[in-house]
Amino acid sequence: MDQIKKQTLVVLVDNEAGVLSQVSRLFSRKGYNIESLAVGATARDNLSRITIEVLTDDAHVQLLSNQLRKLIPVHSVKILTDQKSIRRELIIIKMRTPDAGVRNEITQIANIFRASIIDVSIGTLSIAVIGEEQKIEGMINLLKEFEIMELVRTGVIALERGQNTIHDETKEKGEFNYGKNVL
Amino acid sequence: MQMNGAKILMECLLEQGVDTIFGYPGGTILNVYDELYQCEGIRHILTAHEQGAAHAADGYARSTGKIGVCFATSGPGATNLTTGIATAYMDSSPVVFISCNVAENLIGKDSFQEVDITGITMPITKSNYLVRDVNKLADTVREAFAIAGSGRPGPVFIDILKNVTAETADFEPLPRDRHFQGGRLATLKERATDKFVAPEPNADDIAELVRLIDEADKPLIICGGGVVRGRAQDEFAVFAEKMDAPVAITLMGAGGYPGDGPLATGMLGMHGSQASNRAAASCDLLIAFGCRFSDRVALNPDNFAPQAKIVQIDIDRAEINKNVLTDHYIVGDAAQVLALLNEKVGQKQHNEWKDYVFSFPTETMYDEGGDALTPKQILNTIQRMVPEDTVVATDVGQHQMWAIQHFHFSYPGQLLTSGGFGTMGFGLGAAIGAKVANPDKTVIHITGDGSFRMNCNELATEQYYDLPIITFVFNNGVLGMVRQWQSLIYDKHYSQTTLDRAPDFVKLAEAYGLRGARVSNVEQLEAAIREALAWGHGYVIDCAIHMDEMVRPMVGGGSPITKFIIC
Repeated sequence: MDQIKKQTLVVLVDNEAGVLSQVSRLFSRKGYNIESLAVGATARDNLSRITIEVLTDDAHVQLLSNQLRKLIPVHSVKILTDQKSIRRELIIIKMRTPDAGVRNEITQIANIFRASIIDVSIGTLSIAVIGEEQKIEGMINLLKEFEIMELVRTGVIALERGQNTIHDETKEKGEFNYGKNVL
Repeated sequence: MQMNGAKILMECLLEQGVDTIFGYPGGTILNVYDELYQCEGIRHILTAHEQGAAHAADGYARSTGKIGVCFATSGPGATNLTTGIATAYMDSSPVVFISCNVAENLIGKDSFQEVDITGITMPITKSNYLVRDVNKLADTVREAFAIAGSGRPGPVFIDILKNVTAETADFEPLPRDRHFQGGRLATLKERATDKFVAPEPNADDIAELVRLIDEADKPLIICGGGVVRGRAQDEFAVFAEKMDAPVAITLMGAGGYPGDGPLATGMLGMHGSQASNRAAASCDLLIAFGCRFSDRVALNPDNFAPQAKIVQIDIDRAEINKNVLTDHYIVGDAAQVLALLNEKVGQKQHNEWKDYVFSFPTETMYDEGGDALTPKQILNTIQRMVPEDTVVATDVGQHQMWAIQHFHFSYPGQLLTSGGFGTMGFGLGAAIGAKVANPDKTVIHITGDGSFRMNCNELATEQYYDLPIITFVFNNGVLGMVRQWQSLIYDKHYSQTTLDRAPDFVKLAEAYGLRGARVSNVEQLEAAIREALAWGHGYVIDCAIHMDEMVRPMVGGGSPITKFIIC
């Protein structure tokens, strides 16, 4: 087995009842645990886009995308590599701020990471930050010095850099129809 | 034309050329059965149990290559189908299952006989649908049939709400060849042609395979289920002859190449012949057609055919490299790829290699005599006495392996067996489906006492519709295959595998209005077969075999393919 790492799959599907469960079931039934999942509408009517992160190696993520392409409601599937994609995640963190000193320190950390303070009350401070995984992990690590009351993340969403889009008859999809592997 | 959902469903089935439905009615599907009552041109076979109906529709599909159709009601009716659906799914058999669910106002309320059958069948169907709008019914049925029968075939499930079957909508009949011109199917085909049309094989890929063939000294060809499903037997035979190479078959590939053909080495894998398994271990090129290298074939996938370049030809892209890593592959329909290869490949000679492979036995021999029949004796006697094109349905276990080892299948659809899912109780239902579809052919059912006891209730269906199926029970009084593992691997701890119990299968046959005989030697067996063929109705032959008779050879799961536990 090659190196196991976080792999990102983006899947374009019909926006219909049951499709999300069909896609996510495929992962569990093939024995993969989903690390992160984000679903939302797209610019085209009746289409949803699912971004899934899964821990596996290059060969297996290819097998997974082959299985996904077999599902009828699936329009296209792409494996996005770090180098060729833009990836972002939004997190919101509620911090306990027992005194002004803590509040100031947390505000400074938020400023460094260009996070925004979206709610403040006596004793709490909520901040939101958008970024790549590394940035988010970096900020969370600093905030762990204080008391994190609650944390929520949207899961990673990703987009291919440059001219290519998931709608294209891209090399990958073309080769799937044609019968050739890209790996 | 305005009509209700039930009528639309029947019209859609007629559009597809459906002539037979296997099923079982119930509360929610009453509207559909009411329409069926008035429908001419479709025959309904009422089975004893929904599972039997599912297997029968599957047997119908496997034996004809057409799409089988099966009806059931909601709740337990639908869940009783699931074993049959999974069986069809694992063996890529095209069946459209249709059930009705409770009405819209009762959905989600745990109503009587309500179950989320689309949720349950999601992992065991190619696609499934819950129809909540009568206006979408016709399109959905058309899509379901198109999906079931195209590409790599498989089961599709349609669940229709009861109110939808009563509500009316406008229905325009549309001939089958125009289904892709409108509605959902048109859009679907536009964006996903590969789901309906097998990809055109790539010329470079063919050329590369021809090059590999030219370089090979010791090629082995595997005939898998894809050759059978794709009905590619003619192209395959030409290819095999040109290659002058040994042909090993998988369980699902039986009939894709004649079992007694000059190049046939028998089955490959766990119970593969010595010739097949030795060939796989020492070949330098292995070309597999429509074979997914399951764990029963490539027991140890990392070490499968270690000296060979492995080439996989499959219609399903997702099968490539799934179990065994290939050196080269072609995605496409077996018949199409074979036809292209036959144009390009010259006549080869591999006498030395063939001599080596055929120096090992292609079939197992047994000690004869004693007070019981040997598996080979039974199967050879059957094959000698029944017509050549007899259709054989089997259950699962030792008798199934013996059937494929000793009965020589000569055309696709001749053997109906649950290969992937290993469903005990599959055989009788499948035999019923096959006999309904092939009234002019002799249909036999080979089973064991364990398997037969599971679904022998379908003898009632056999009797009622007067389907002259001959059942051969390989009766060893034990759950033979499991016992074999216990003998070899579990220190003879025969835990719960002794079946010394009722019924008397001859009396059981009589209770169902059929006839039967118990036999323990070849003369008695011959007499019973003669009587069964002459009588012309359902017949059960209870064949006594020894409880310690084993399926030989056997290779342990996960072991190298030539590491025989027994030969």
